[in-house]
Amino acid sequence: MVTQDGATVTARSIDATRDWLERNLHSTSIIETERFGFFYGREQALREVSLGIPIDGVTAIMGPSGCGKSTLLRAFNRMNELYPNTRAEGTIRFLGQDLLKADPVAVRRHIGMVFQRPNPFPKSIFDNIAYGPRVHGIRHRAHLAELVEESLRRAALWDEVKDHLKKSALSLSGGQQQRLGIARALAVRPTVLLMDEPCSALDPKATDRIETTTRELAQELTVVIVTHNLQQAGRISDHVAVLLAGGVLAEFGSTRTVFASPFSEQVADYLSGRFG
Amino acid sequence: MIAQVTSEGQRRKRIAQRIAFALLTLSTVSAFVALGAILYSMISNGVSALSWQFLSEFPRKMMTEGGIYPALVGSLYLTVGAVLLSLPFAVASAIWLSAYSRGGLWVRVIRVGVNSLAGVPSIVFGLLGLAFFVKVLGLGVSLLAGALTLALLILPILIRAGEEALQAVPMNFREGALALGATKWHAVRTVVLPTAIPGILTGVILGVSRAIGETAPIMFTAAAFYMSRLPETLSDKVMALPYHIFVMATESPNYYKTRNLQFGAALVLLGMVLLMNLGAVTWRARVRRRKQW
Repeated sequence: MVTQDGATVTARSIDATRDWLERNLHSTSIIETERFGFFYGREQALREVSLGIPIDGVTAIMGPSGCGKSTLLRAFNRMNELYPNTRAEGTIRFLGQDLLKADPVAVRRHIGMVFQRPNPFPKSIFDNIAYGPRVHGIRHRAHLAELVEESLRRAALWDEVKDHLKKSALSLSGGQQQRLGIARALAVRPTVLLMDEPCSALDPKATDRIETTTRELAQELTVVIVTHNLQQAGRISDHVAVLLAGGVLAEFGSTRTVFASPFSEQVADYLSGRFG
Repeated sequence: MIAQVTSEGQRRKRIAQRIAFALLTLSTVSAFVALGAILYSMISNGVSALSWQFLSEFPRKMMTEGGIYPALVGSLYLTVGAVLLSLPFAVASAIWLSAYSRGGLWVRVIRVGVNSLAGVPSIVFGLLGLAFFVKVLGLGVSLLAGALTLALLILPILIRAGEEALQAVPMNFREGALALGATKWHAVRTVVLPTAIPGILTGVILGVSRAIGETAPIMFTAAAFYMSRLPETLSDKVMALPYHIFVMATESPNYYKTRNLQFGAALVLLGMVLLMNLGAVTWRARVRRRKQW
């Protein structure tokens, strides 16, 4: 399914993907890592991480600063390798295919990303959303307009911006810019949406809107979110992975179970806010 | 006992500070004084030569009378030509240096090369232009050969400015584009490069100011002592302001009589640089406002 199919942006519904997974791989994990390790130069950021991201719901990746949670997230869409001198070991499978051997450009078309700091391009709102579809060869104006509206609606931004799509995206507020980032990622109709601490630069109200939007999106696609906010993880995630210093996966399971009765003492300490 | 707030040591430190500040101020002021002196002598000696005829007429009577029109136009041609020839290569190199190369030996070698090129004396460019463009390529002494020589001269300036401008584009933008499945080249073309344009324009300003005032590189490659008409093709010789000033000051049958013409021409040259800078700065400010982040 990781194909460079060029001019058409086709969405496979989450139900069809789940059926496919169950039938062909007898699994419900859309992304699976096996003893995955990652190095920046000589420094090891992740150590033998093995986990399966369930296709349904929101999966949160948590852990203290520097534990490698962003590195793990960015491994899923091959963004880590933009830095020089990086090395990966182990495997990551996306829909059964070796993600580390795939074409990163094709991977990113299926696995979208929202960044920690809002990063709208210095272009109009419309051109920001249409950027992805255009990259994939869609030129037809009406088709683009359709995708732009659909994406903005899904990101709960349409009503606020529909009358000034030609205005610069930089004129939006921080919260709006972040929802624009979500809409921009959605416009290529990804199967998975990665979110790297999307609320860390936002006020509580804007955070609330993003969280609500994220919950709704999880009905239609797989969401993986990095957060260091325990309450946020509790509010929006169904599954949680806790990494600890040195890039070791300490705990992975349903959010309720992990929060209520963590296996390891260190995770219990982390979750009770004793360090982090 | 009340704390003692004045002492001999503190007084001495205060004096030392005053002296240091005075010296720093003096150094700064001296730069302005030098600039002021140049401007003053140019304006006081040259302003009498300025007139519409001076700008729009050909020189007459062995350049002891008349205007500087062909030199003005020639300088414009040479400079614009140099920028047009240099810019595509400079931008391409800057993109390669900042976006594609992963550091390493080659990049360092090339960077050293670019920096050394910037330090080469302009007369060397002139001789290179004569040997290579004029002779080997057989372009002859011509507008094209001169523009090419000047293009080489400003190439390192444009590359450096371009590279800096590209690197100043937030990594965020690049990542945002790549995360949407754009290739590196697509990201550069659609997001990084457009954002870097104001910075690249800064390089163009610097390049123009440098190219328009140079005499040595065009002396053997393009400049004509005198022409009775404007250049019509790329293989024509051209007159150019800096060379024209040089000629009037050294080859004129009567240097003293043409003093005010020389100063006037120098003043016009300075004015052109100023005008071009002003134009580019305004343009840059406008582009920047549209691309604010």
